[in-house]
Amino acid sequence: MNGAADLGGMMGFGPVVPEPEDHRFDAGWQRRALALTLAMGAAGRWSIDEGRHARESIPPPEYLTSSYYAIWVRALEDLLVAHGLVTRAELAAGRADGPGEPVRVLRAGDVRAALAAGTPYSRQVASSARFAAGQRVRARVMNPAGHTRLPRYVRGRTGTVVTVHGAHVLPDSNARGAGESPQWLYQVRFDARELWGEDADPASTVDVDAWESYLEPA
Amino acid sequence: MVTDRAGDAGIATRVAALEEILVEKGYVDPAALDEIIATYEHDVGPRNGARVVARAWTDPGYRERLLADATAAIAELGYGGRQGEHMVALENTPQVHHLVVCTLCSCYPWPVLGLPPTWYKSAAYRSRAVIDPRGVLADFGVTLADGTRIAVHDSTAEVRYLVVPMRPPGTDGLDEDALAGLVTRDSMIGTGLALAPGEVRG
Repeated sequence: MNGAADLGGMMGFGPVVPEPEDHRFDAGWQRRALALTLAMGAAGRWSIDEGRHARESIPPPEYLTSSYYAIWVRALEDLLVAHGLVTRAELAAGRADGPGEPVRVLRAGDVRAALAAGTPYSRQVASSARFAAGQRVRARVMNPAGHTRLPRYVRGRTGTVVTVHGAHVLPDSNARGAGESPQWLYQVRFDARELWGEDADPASTVDVDAWESYLEPA
Repeated sequence: MVTDRAGDAGIATRVAALEEILVEKGYVDPAALDEIIATYEHDVGPRNGARVVARAWTDPGYRERLLADATAAIAELGYGGRQGEHMVALENTPQVHHLVVCTLCSCYPWPVLGLPPTWYKSAAYRSRAVIDPRGVLADFGVTLADGTRIAVHDSTAEVRYLVVPMRPPGTDGLDEDALAGLVTRDSMIGTGLALAPGEVRG
């Protein structure tokens, strides 16, 4: 979707402010927001793609004026309500009205193993890859209302396939619970001038990872 | 987006209430939350990635394996898992300087770098890294030699990128541990360079 999260190429946000390496959190609530988001993700009711879609669905005025962990909190609340695990009334009151639904609960003893295992997104597909390294491709012009990982700034632009990563779960489908629908995934390189015009640095490039249905032969 | 230092009045209360609801409902184990926080606050961080880079600098065989299959090479040192399932290493050279961003959210290689710094998630970085990478590097005090190509990598899928910075001159006599001390988090994202011997990590 063309949400506020798709920020590439926007202007006016000011300089980037570096941060010391040992800085982890600004406040205690951020620790809990991180942990709650990960723990509820482990409950298995929604995918990481649906989680990202919940964040990009936050109205732009709120998204752009919220800190990153505040965006996570808002998205977590929305996901809990959408999946019938918590009601808006409970969130407003700040306490549970009754017992919860059965979910897979991440236990303390399983945390390290779960984080170390991760969730691989590569899949086997029967088809062979449509594009090969070195091939010229164009990112499709598309404006889906749902989740996608094709940033607006590359749509309609022509680049070159650098790497075929293999087949991966398609976020567009997985985010709406419509199945993993794995597709070939490509690293595609665009010249900065193709993306940004003649004033762009002629020596710079931008690579994105793009699923096969995001691309067409150029 | 604003920083948390700038606002978010009331959110601490809101998050505490949310946690209470989720615990009451039986959805989360409070001890599991503590364990998640402890993992990323104390154990998993950029010193992991620094060890990977230092090994690549000192062991040509390891460097080759890292560039060919980063996920497997990183697993050799015991690192892997969430948000590092599909790793790719990008080696800086005098000709090419790599810079990693996630314009759409905050995708970042957690097993080797830990949680992303605030600026990595900020609108300022996500918007500008792709259109004005030299300007972003200037914000970090980094100026590249003329003619160096900047290769920006927008992490739009589940592939996660680790930059292998160039080994600084004058480090021939240093062992792997000393070299790892020169590898900053920012140098593994591409917003910094590895430190010269004697420079202090920020």
